Amino acid sequence: MSVRATARLRAEPDGRDGTALPVLAGEGPLALRRTRSPQAAYARVTVVGAMSAPLNGDRLAVEAEVTDGAHLTVDAAAATVALPGPRPDADPSTYGVDLTVGEGAVLHWLPEQLVSAHGSDLRMTTRVRLAPTARLLLREEQILGRHGEPTGALTTRLTVHHAGRPLLDQQLAYGPGAPGGWDGPAVLAGHRAVGQLLLADPSFGDAPLPARLLGPTAALTPLAGPAVLVTAVAADARLLRGMLDEAMRELLDTLKA
Amino acid sequence: MSRAALLVLADGRFPAGGHAHSGGAEPAVADGRVRDADSLADFCRGRLHTAGLTAAALAAAAAHGLDPLALDEAADARTPSPALRATARKLGRQMMRAARATWPGPELDALARARPRGAHQPVVLGLTARSAGLGPEDAAHCVAYETVSGPATAVVRLLSLDPFHATAVLARLAPELDRVAEQAAEAARQGIDALPAASAPLLDITAEAHAAWPVRLFAS
Repeated sequence: MSVRATARLRAEPDGRDGTALPVLAGEGPLALRRTRSPQAAYARVTVVGAMSAPLNGDRLAVEAEVTDGAHLTVDAAAATVALPGPRPDADPSTYGVDLTVGEGAVLHWLPEQLVSAHGSDLRMTTRVRLAPTARLLLREEQILGRHGEPTGALTTRLTVHHAGRPLLDQQLAYGPGAPGGWDGPAVLAGHRAVGQLLLADPSFGDAPLPARLLGPTAALTPLAGPAVLVTAVAADARLLRGMLDEAMRELLDTLKA
Repeated sequence: MSRAALLVLADGRFPAGGHAHSGGAEPAVADGRVRDADSLADFCRGRLHTAGLTAAALAAAAAHGLDPLALDEAADARTPSPALRATARKLGRQMMRAARATWPGPELDALARARPRGAHQPVVLGLTARSAGLGPEDAAHCVAYETVSGPATAVVRLLSLDPFHATAVLARLAPELDRVAEQAAEAARQGIDALPAASAPLLDITAEAHAAWPVRLFAS
């Protein structure tokens, strides 16, 4: 009874300074809606969860391509909650996100939180390929357990290539079955919300931002390539989002200036 | 392989500069996250399975003969903190000097020429192991052990922790060190795309905080 579903979308310039969506195909629990974008050049797509997913054993995927010169924002109507599902012997669920951003194209990939509910077991993989002049704003938030419950098992891998070369590769593993020490003083120290905000922009190649702290549990760091990463841990989802939102505003203002 | 060569390379007195680094333990002690032998063990275990596994696999891959420049790039992508990248390159440069004096070889010379300011330390260590006739598991063991011995030694100084207790922490981690080294070597044999990228958010965040301290006992 497990679900296999792949949602696909492709964004292209529409020839009138806007962005068209020639492919916009949800499947199963992944429904895609074109929503109104506050910026004219951008198409906006909102992922609407059509049912509870992923349950253990489900195989979900999203493939998005932003072709040369297109502008796309993808967000979500609600958090994704990984749940155990009815079968105790089910395999882990998988959720693969595959993003390609072309020359001069922009992708804002801003889903809601990923919540690892007690008893769930999810392997999330995000792969991004950026052309040399592509721009990317990507947010990931992992919330370990719903309110007051122990976390499920969650591993995430975020791999980003820029111009064919590795830009960022990060793997996180939490919860039952994760290697020891994941909740200890080197990794999370009891924090239950973890977030990353990645901003890749060719302008950082010539003028990298300096590293700085954004509080005792968050830092903005320039990567070896043309991008900055904000890494934050917090007690809960709301505090984490506050830190990432503030960082996002500052970063976007920096780029405009 | 020569077991004695492995001892020389893994010896804390090997002149590669590692003793000046706490592996993130200094800010953890300052924050009160590490305050005794138990929390030190938890710190070391977390570091071993994240940054330790990632570094051990890079070293194993270099010892296995994968392209050290591609591995250096992979190491950059796995090290978002510029403070930790600078530390890794500085330690790599020191390791390179020691390596070329102890087990000179053309592969070390080539990497030193290509990265005069230092390649990431685990990559240099792996290539050093290769030059010494050691294998991927040996290189992975060296790096995995350094990942925990550095913080343990530092915490003895930072907290005046009993050295017997700190060494007992390391001894109890030995089976996990073996597993991490095996896992790292296994990944290295599958090629660069199979290398793990396990990371520890707090180590990355606090490394930046620590680098900005005006006065500190350890360089990282």
